[in-house]
Amino acid sequence: MGFIVFLILFPFLTASILAVTKNNRVRKAVVYSCSAVIVCTAAVFALTAFVKGLDAGVRYLGANHYVHIIDTLMLIVEILLMLLIVCLSIKYRKYHAGLLSVAGTVIIAWLEITGRAVSEQNHIYCDKLSVIMCLIIAIVGSLICIYAVGYMVDYHKHHKEFKDRRTFFFPMLFVFLGAMFGLVVSSNLIWIYFFWEITSISSFLLIGYTRTKEAVDNSFCALWMNLLGGLGFAVAIAYCATVLEITTLQQLVYHPVGLAILLPVSLLAFAALTKSAQLPFSKWLLGAMVAPTPTSALLHSATMVKAGVYLLIRLAPAMCGTIAGTMVSLIGGFTFLVTSMLAITVSDGKKVLAYSTISNLGLITACAGVGTTETVWAGILLILFHAVSKSMMFQAVGAVENATGSRDIEDMHGLIVRLPFLAFVMIIGIAGMFLAPFGMLISKWAALKAFVDAKNILLVLFLAFGSAATMLYWTKWLSKILACKAQTRLRRNTTSMGQWLSLASHAAMMIMLCILLPLISIKLVEPLLAQLYNIEHVSVLAPEDMVIMVVLLLLIFVIPMVSRIIVKRMTFKPNMEYMSGINQGDNRHFTDSFNQPKLMFLSNWYMEDYFGEKKIWKLSVAIAAAIIVACMGLIIGSMGGVM
Amino acid sequence: MLRTVLGIALYIIFAPFVGGLLSGLDRKITARMQGRIGPPILQPFYDVRKLINKDILLINNMQYLFAWCFVIFVIFTGALFFGGFNILLVFFVLTTAAMFFVLEATTTNSPYSVMGANREMIQMLSYEPMVLLTAVGFYVATAFTTGNGAGTFSVAQIISDSDIPNITVLPGVFFGFVFILTIKFRKSPFDLSMSHHAHQEMVKGITTELSGGMMAIIEVSHWYENVFLLGVVALFLLCNKWWSILLAIAVCAITYFLEILIDNTSARVKWENMFKHSWIVTLICGVVNIFILQMLS
Repeated sequence: MGFIVFLILFPFLTASILAVTKNNRVRKAVVYSCSAVIVCTAAVFALTAFVKGLDAGVRYLGANHYVHIIDTLMLIVEILLMLLIVCLSIKYRKYHAGLLSVAGTVIIAWLEITGRAVSEQNHIYCDKLSVIMCLIIAIVGSLICIYAVGYMVDYHKHHKEFKDRRTFFFPMLFVFLGAMFGLVVSSNLIWIYFFWEITSISSFLLIGYTRTKEAVDNSFCALWMNLLGGLGFAVAIAYCATVLEITTLQQLVYHPVGLAILLPVSLLAFAALTKSAQLPFSKWLLGAMVAPTPTSALLHSATMVKAGVYLLIRLAPAMCGTIAGTMVSLIGGFTFLVTSMLAITVSDGKKVLAYSTISNLGLITACAGVGTTETVWAGILLILFHAVSKSMMFQAVGAVENATGSRDIEDMHGLIVRLPFLAFVMIIGIAGMFLAPFGMLISKWAALKAFVDAKNILLVLFLAFGSAATMLYWTKWLSKILACKAQTRLRRNTTSMGQWLSLASHAAMMIMLCILLPLISIKLVEPLLAQLYNIEHVSVLAPEDMVIMVVLLLLIFVIPMVSRIIVKRMTFKPNMEYMSGINQGDNRHFTDSFNQPKLMFLSNWYMEDYFGEKKIWKLSVAIAAAIIVACMGLIIGSMGGVM
Repeated sequence: MLRTVLGIALYIIFAPFVGGLLSGLDRKITARMQGRIGPPILQPFYDVRKLINKDILLINNMQYLFAWCFVIFVIFTGALFFGGFNILLVFFVLTTAAMFFVLEATTTNSPYSVMGANREMIQMLSYEPMVLLTAVGFYVATAFTTGNGAGTFSVAQIISDSDIPNITVLPGVFFGFVFILTIKFRKSPFDLSMSHHAHQEMVKGITTELSGGMMAIIEVSHWYENVFLLGVVALFLLCNKWWSILLAIAVCAITYFLEILIDNTSARVKWENMFKHSWIVTLICGVVNIFILQMLS
C-alpha cells in the first residue's frame, strides 16, 4: 500500500519541484535522482509483490473518511481542469473540445454530488497485471525523462524560434507518470476516470509545447478525440452506478450477467480505442509528432496509448465472445492492416514509428477483443516488447535528428558508418520489432493461432497481409541504415551522456527480454493470465517451440560473431561497384550523357499509388467509423431488448 | 526424436545434391524446349566447383556477413521443416533468411544490386501473405480431417494425423502456393529481382555484387531452398499411407516441370502485375478455401 501511494504521489511531488527549477544543472540533478527513486521503488514493489504471491490480487481502501476527502479533492481538480480546457478552447476557438470536457465533468460531478457513486468497495486493486504495468511505466518512463534532459538542451539549440518552456515541460512528463501509476492500480471507476482525464489533458499540453499553429491544432485534435472517449467513459460510469449499482472495474468485468454489462463494457472499450489511437481516431497520435521527441516517446511507448490497451486487457474476459469483443477485435485487426500499409508510404522516421505504433496497438487491441487466454498472452507480451523497443526507436531517431539535422529515413543512408552506435541501437530496436525469433514475432504467432482457433477468418486475413507490409517497411529501413556508402565519414555524435544511459539501458533491456522470454512467459505472464481469468493454470507455448526459439536467438547472435571472425581472417580484393562501366572510380559518381561526373543516389520504394495516404486514409476512417457505429447500434439495440 | 535427427541429417547432406540435379534437369529441359541440346545434367556442379576456385571480389565485408546469415538461415529453415517442427516457425525463419539476402545486396550501395534488392522486397510483400495462409491452411485442414477439431502446425503431425492427403481439402491453397512458388523459384514471369541469365536490364539484380566462392555458396543455398520449397509442395500430398510418398514425388515432379514450362513460355512482367496478381490469387484461392473449410468444420 505504501509503495502504491508513493508511486502515485512522488511523481507529482517531483513535478512541483521541477516547476520552480529554472537552472538546467539543478533540473538535471532532480530529474536523474527522482527517476532513480521511481525505478527503484517500482522494482522493490514488484519484487515484494511477487515474493508475497499476489494470488488473489490485493484490495485496499474501502469506504472510509480518507477516501471521502480524496474523492472531493479529485472532483475539485477535475472541475479546475475543465475550467482550464474551457478557457483554452475559447482562446483558440476550438469550442467542441470545451463542450466535450464540460459534458464529461458534469456527469461525474452529478454522480459525486448526488452521492450515487459512493462506494463501499475497495478503491485500489493491485494484481500482477498492475505490477507489470507499473514496471513498464517506471522503467521506460523514467528513462525517457532522463533522455529528455539532454535532448531538450540540444532541441533548444537547434530551434531558437520556440520559447524555452522547460519549466513547464518536465513537470508535465512527471505528472504523466504519476497519472499512469494511478490508472493501473485503481479499481474504482471514478478514480480510473480521474487519472484517465489527467493523461488526456497532459498529453494535450505536451503536444502543444511549441505553440505553433500546427502544434495547437494537433493538440486540440488529440484533446477532443480523447475527451470523446472520456465522455464514453463517463456515461459508462453513470450507467454502472445508476442501473447496475457497480462502482469498480473488477465488479464490472466479473459480473455474473453477461448481457447486463454489455453496454458499459463496450463504452469503456470505446474510450480505450480512442486512447490507443485506433482507427478512426488515429489522427491524433500522428499529429503528436510535432512535439519534441521525448513527448512522442512517452506517448507511444509506456504511457497514454498503453493506458488504452491496458484497459482493454482488463476488459478482455468480459469481452470474450460478445459483440463488444467483435467490435474491438475488428477495429484492432483493421487498424493493424491499414496502418502497416500506410507505414510503407512515408519516409519521415518519426511518422513510420507513429504508424507502426498504431499498427502494433491494433494487434494488441485485436488480441484483447478476441479475449481468449492465448490472445491476451500475446497481447501482454506485445505490450512489453513494444514499450521497450518503441521508446528506444523514438529516442534513437531523436538523437539522429539532433546529430544530423534530419529524421528522414532516406537521410539515414549509411548510418552504420556515420553514427555506428546509434545505428546499432536502431538495429536492435528494429530487430526486436519484427525479426525472428524476437518477441513481436512470437506474439504474432500466438495471435495467428488464436485467431484461427476463434474461426475468425477476417482477423487471420488482416494479420497475414498486415505482417507482410510490416516486414516490408522494417526491412526497407534496416537496409537504409546498413548501406555502406563509399567515403562516408564518421560524424561527431552530439548525443549526451544521459541520452546514452537511456539508449543503452533500453538496448540491454530489449536483449534481456528476448533471452528471458521463456522465463517471462512462464513466471510472469501465464500466472497473470490465470489470475485474470480465475483459472488454475495457463500454458500457451509448447516447451519444444520455446527450445527452438532459444536456438534461433543463439543463431542470431552467434552467426554474426562467427562471420565477423571469418571476415577478419579472410582476404578479399576490394572491388569497384558495377555501374555498366561508367563508374567514375570512387563508387559515388557515374559518367552521365554529357561525359560529366554525376552523383549517384539510391532511394527506397514507397508504393504511394497503392498504399498512399491519399488513397486509403479517408476510406479506412470511414470503414472503421462504420464498424463502430454499427456495433454500438447493435449493442444499444440489444440493451433495449433487455429492458 | 530419431526421425527428427534423421530428417535433418538427410536434408543437410543430400539437399544440395538433389537441388543441383534439379537445377541441371531444369537447364536440360529448358534447352530442349528451346530446341537446344543443353549442358550436361551435372553442369551446375561443375559451375559451382569452378566458382569456388575463383577469387572473392566484394565491395565490403558486411556483404560477407549477411550472405552467410542468409545461407545459414536457409539451411536452418529446411532443417526445421524436415525435422518435422512447427511450420509457422519454419516460414518465419524463411522470411528472416530472405531479409538477410536483401541486406546483403543493399549494404553494397551498388545500383544494380540495390535495385534488385528493392524488387526482392516487393516480391516478399507479394508472397508473404500466401505463405502465412499456407501454414494456416494446414492447421485448418488437419482440424477438419482429423475430426477432433484440434489442428496442428507441426509438420510431423500434419503427416501422421492425416488419413488422406490434405490437398483434397486445400485445392485453393495449393494453387495459391504454386502460384507464389514461381516467385520463390525466381522463374519468369516473376523473376524480377534476379534472373538466371545476366543479359537483362538489371544485370544479375540482387546478386550482381557477389562473386567467386561466395557466389558458389549462395548458389548452393538456393538449391537448399528449392528442395525445401518442393518439400512444402509434398506436404500437401503426404499422409500416413505409404502410397502418398509416391504421389508426393509425382506431384513435385509435375509442379517443377510446370514451373519450367511457365518460365519458358512467359515474359517477365512489371512488378505491379506481380504484386496485384499474387495478392488477388491469395485472396481468392487461399482465403476462400480456408473460409469454406472453417464453415464446414
